[in-house]
Amino acid sequence: MKKTLRFKIVDVLLIIMMILPLLAGIALRVMTKPAEEGITITGAMVFKSIPAPLQPLLISEANVNSWLVMLTITALVFYMTHGIRAGVKCRRTLAAEWIVEKTDGLIAQNMGPFFREFSPFIAAILGLSAFSSLSSLVGLFPPTSDFSTIFGWGLLVFGLITYYKLKGGAWNYVKGYFEPIPFFAPLNVIGEIAMPVSMSFRHYGNILSGSVISALVASALGGLSRSVFGSLAETFPVLQVGIPAVLSVYFDVFSGCLQAFIFSMLTMLNISGGFPEELYLKRQEKKLARRAKRAGGEENKAKTAA
Amino acid sequence: MELAIGIILGCCALGAGIAMIAGFGPGIGEGQAAAKACEAVGRQPEAKSDVTSTLILGCALAETTGIYALVIAILLIFVAPNIFITALKNGLH
Repeated sequence: MKKTLRFKIVDVLLIIMMILPLLAGIALRVMTKPAEEGITITGAMVFKSIPAPLQPLLISEANVNSWLVMLTITALVFYMTHGIRAGVKCRRTLAAEWIVEKTDGLIAQNMGPFFREFSPFIAAILGLSAFSSLSSLVGLFPPTSDFSTIFGWGLLVFGLITYYKLKGGAWNYVKGYFEPIPFFAPLNVIGEIAMPVSMSFRHYGNILSGSVISALVASALGGLSRSVFGSLAETFPVLQVGIPAVLSVYFDVFSGCLQAFIFSMLTMLNISGGFPEELYLKRQEKKLARRAKRAGGEENKAKTAA
Repeated sequence: MELAIGIILGCCALGAGIAMIAGFGPGIGEGQAAAKACEAVGRQPEAKSDVTSTLILGCALAETTGIYALVIAILLIFVAPNIFITALKNGLH
């Protein structure tokens, strides 16, 4: 396949769309962040607060950055599938195929055939989480080190789990709380509530601890180089070059990807674990039987009327 | 006033330190998991990749309580003093 000029122009536009949100995020941070001396560990900056009945809605750096990351991922996906067609193998098609195959394999391995349609959702959560954590590599505030972002994901997953639990019937869902003995009901309710909290705390704590430790090490190295090299350190940061990058490989890259994987893994396991498949199949059978009976009854009526 | 603020800061720091005692549990647990994984790899070297991925997932799960303690400690150091001090000032005036 020969690339036409139009194809190339669209390609370049998509690449620009991929990079532009990140640049915009960096520009926003540089413009709004006040200059600081020494060590500061703050949460996300609040850009705008909209009055709302319960408490003011805050548009913070984490929100804006997660939207920027979403834009980047969207552009990346469009770039990978641009000009895709059957039988033509090029590098980006192969990469896209690899991603789809891997997520499908994960779903098949962990959730079973009933949840085959879940792979776009899992891939979206995995990609969003990984890219959000990795956005700290270009100097952005990672949206995953703000608790509200991750708690939102946790609530979403909790809603999905409850939805699939309810597929076995509302009575069974309620009965599940009184097992093994009714005495355990409060404990079961607490366990249910603790699930989204623990999932989001795990992700948030790992990313946050990475950024806190990185900030501490960077400031400690700054103090060390000032005391060892004296006036040289005022003009050139001797020890801060390179050493924090080694830590960043672990705390940003490894930990971010690992937590993204674990979050999606737990999502898969919880959804498929809470879903009562046998009960659901039984209910479906009953429903079908009832429908067939009703249809049959109507047919009989029609026959007698005739 | 200064005494009260000093007590708040000191107690927050102490609380953060005490919270991190929870680091014992995950450390011991993850050590056990790693030891068992080593044994498993020694017994079945061909299953190494499976064992490794299961180990990483299990370690991340076992870490949960440690992460809770860490979050509490970070909140106590960076967030709680401001809240307490503003509450104290509001209460005095």
